Amino acid sequence: MSDPAKGLVLPPYARSLGISFHEFESDMPMLTVDFSSIVEGRPGAFHGGATAGLLENAGYAALRAVLTREGRDPQLKPVNITVQYLAAGKQKQTYAVGRITRLGRRNANISVEAWQDDRSRPIATAILNILMAERAKAD
Amino acid sequence: MANQAARFNPADAAKFFTKHGHSGWLGLAYRDHGENWVELELPWREDLLGEEDRAVLASGPIVSLMDMASGMSIWTTKGDFTPIATLDLRVDYQRPARERSAVIGRVECYRTTRSAAFVRGIAHDGDPDDPVAHVAGVFMTIGKDPRQGKVDVASSAGTGDE
Repeated sequence: MSDPAKGLVLPPYARSLGISFHEFESDMPMLTVDFSSIVEGRPGAFHGGATAGLLENAGYAALRAVLTREGRDPQLKPVNITVQYLAAGKQKQTYAVGRITRLGRRNANISVEAWQDDRSRPIATAILNILMAERAKAD
Repeated sequence: MANQAARFNPADAAKFFTKHGHSGWLGLAYRDHGENWVELELPWREDLLGEEDRAVLASGPIVSLMDMASGMSIWTTKGDFTPIATLDLRVDYQRPARERSAVIGRVECYRTTRSAAFVRGIAHDGDPDDPVAHVAGVFMTIGKDPRQGKVDVASSAGTGDE
């Protein structure tokens, strides 16, 4: 309660890229990354790969949040990601939040949006399919 | 020919972009190219792990690698440095990259139209016949080769991104 991002551990890649937890939106963790040279592609704009990294991490964070509430802790394996680039990512703080479209036993379908100043004008969206493998029990 | 920009050369362009921005941060390196394809390498790095407890590269940097190789394959195919924007990029992961392994991304531009370019490629960690991922993407051209006005490849060396 005192730590709203409790249980949300971002992977080394996300932390290296400067991605951090921002706040919850409808119970889903919103992640954010500030503009800096390490996310820059074309001068003055986000690199598509960095934008994809933010989207992907927000997708995983959304899935982890829901799984944790269900008391599940599977290993997550990416199946695919499809990114749609809608507008150039400018030199601004960028946010992303995921939504679980379908959660099954073995796979999850997640959609993610990223935006800058205007929440209603996404700069990129992504669809992720993620496999969930129950962790091997010691035998 | 005097006032025409030189044909885009990925080996030369790579000298710039591998030192700057996101690609520089990732340490992307040029490996090879042909008429319509480019091969880049993403070196292994401890702080790019996708999970705390497994020495496996996150998938995000692989998207960056393939996005960059896509843009370069388009410029190589067209022979110019037309600004392009990624419209749609899809990555299908067949398996995780091997622990502590560099990942090689090879992308070909199989079709260009006046305003679009279509790419496909694979990422592998040593054996091209056993890929880590397949990618497919569509890019849009968003202007003219800036070198036709101002001959400065470096300042416009983007990513194929916007």
